[in-house]
Amino acid sequence: MNTSVLPEDSTTGGAARPLGGDGAGRSGPAARRRAVRLLGRVLLHAALIALAAAILVPFAWMLVSSVKRDSDVLTVPIQWIPEEFRWDNFTHIWTRIPLLTYLGNSLFLSVTITGLQVLTGSFAAYGFAKTRFPGRDALFLAYVSTIAVPWQAYMVPQYIIMERLGLVNTRLSLILLQAFGAFGVFLMRQYYLTIPDEISEAARLDGLSEYGIWARIVLPLSKPALAGLALLTFVNTWNDYMGPFIYLTDNELWTVQLGLRQFVGVYDSQYAMIMTGSVVSVLPILVVFLAGQRYFVQGIATSGMK
Amino acid sequence: MSPESGATALKRRQRRTTLVGWSFILPNFLGFAALTLIPVLATLLLAFTDWNSYSTPQWVGLENFRRMLDSDTFWVALSNTGWYAVGHIPLTLAASLGLAVLLNQKLRGVGFLRTAFFFPYVTSLVAVAVVWNMLLSPDLGPVNQLLKAVGVGHPPGWTTSTDWAMPAVVITSVWRDMGYYMVLYLAGLQAIPAELYEAARVDGAGPWQRFRHITVPALRPTTFFVLVMLTISSFKVFDLVQIMTEGGPGRSTLVLSQVIFREGIKQGRFGYSSAISLVLFVIVLTITVVQFRFQRRNER
Repeated sequence: MNTSVLPEDSTTGGAARPLGGDGAGRSGPAARRRAVRLLGRVLLHAALIALAAAILVPFAWMLVSSVKRDSDVLTVPIQWIPEEFRWDNFTHIWTRIPLLTYLGNSLFLSVTITGLQVLTGSFAAYGFAKTRFPGRDALFLAYVSTIAVPWQAYMVPQYIIMERLGLVNTRLSLILLQAFGAFGVFLMRQYYLTIPDEISEAARLDGLSEYGIWARIVLPLSKPALAGLALLTFVNTWNDYMGPFIYLTDNELWTVQLGLRQFVGVYDSQYAMIMTGSVVSVLPILVVFLAGQRYFVQGIATSGMK
Repeated sequence: MSPESGATALKRRQRRTTLVGWSFILPNFLGFAALTLIPVLATLLLAFTDWNSYSTPQWVGLENFRRMLDSDTFWVALSNTGWYAVGHIPLTLAASLGLAVLLNQKLRGVGFLRTAFFFPYVTSLVAVAVVWNMLLSPDLGPVNQLLKAVGVGHPPGWTTSTDWAMPAVVITSVWRDMGYYMVLYLAGLQAIPAELYEAARVDGAGPWQRFRHITVPALRPTTFFVLVMLTISSFKVFDLVQIMTEGGPGRSTLVLSQVIFREGIKQGRFGYSSAISLVLFVIVLTITVVQFRFQRRNER
């Protein structure tokens, strides 16, 4: 298989022919080479499509199983087309578990945390990237080093603090825990460093305050990074399991993830219903992901730059 | 203007810029300090104290660590976490690099393919774990049906078997994570100048040689970053194990972060669990520092 990372056809295809065109007898091997290359590309496409299909099989299976009878989910051989379509699984699931409450809780947490994370993160990032004061770099180092500390290594002291504040089993605990992440500050700072200082310098000469520069110049310029951070935070919060698992004990406060997990534990032979619940928990994120895919990928790519 | 007043004016301006700088950082810093920085530092102290949810903290030196080293559960969890990392890190690295190289070419529908490979990463982990648990169920699960169809007489029991539960978790985690690291690699690949490949091609280098002598060296910073991220994420694995196996069967998939959770939050043994936290932190830190050293030597 071809492992080159070059856009093969566009560059060499054009350049090689004029060079090789000096001898008339060369056309045979050249044509064969082109045929081999074409075959290679067809095979590559086929392999990649097969691979992508294999990756997506679990989703396809989840989707198909969500409209089956329980007894049809695990069968030999696998039924890729259900014997009987149970569309009403999707209406029953809402009455079996308080899914609407769970979805509402997940949405509330995701939106609040994302809003705070983007707001305070970009604000702090401006401080780190565009203002100069003693101790700034040491402070930033503290931020960056905690990104490398696994959450599990300090979750117990955090829990003690929350417990003493009486915030365990409240939504506020999760908001406080996740809204001031160092990662957002780091990601936004990386992006702000690519914005030339001359722009803010000019604004400063025009009499704009630092806050004005942040709000009117830097924020609008950093829309892709903001969108990337917002999407990453939203999806991470929506999908978070460990945070709600540790902090939320009351059923009314649960997120979709906790609700689904509990449902699986209690009704572990209702395979179809479990798949239905899984589909419902994945759909909102699928919509968010497809809508903001480009920014999402940019956000991840930015976090990889040093 | 006299030199003194110039100096005080400068000082006043400096103080002003310091205030402005801090004012930007403060809203985030207050939350960060209270709920990240202080807890991180607290772990370092608590590890050397005896403190339960009902007692007052007492300095006990290395007592927690002695107890930890005597604890069978600690060693089981440590080795399980190590096995998870040994499976997860190289497999995810290889899969994401391979996918990125393949999907960095000009292909029809490349956007769709990238999305397909990336999608598992954004999906909810609970749904992923639940679906894979069913896919891997020993008797009727689709995976074992497939294995039987290709001639495997006794396919593994996966999450019901002490030997195969960890591989099941690793397979699921690689499937989920490779899309994320693929994106990082794609970003790295796109930063490589096309002229390099052009020159190598003129010199007669084949695809494999170009990959080895251009792609791999140019991706070194990305690989370094990916390795660090994979290491950190491997040692803090919790969600997937908790949902798929809850650490079982027996203790065959019990990992360090589960022990920290059970000891620290469930049992309220703050001092003891902090000692385990510290060990987890030191392991991650050591591996990261070693990787940094290695990276720097390679650059020279």
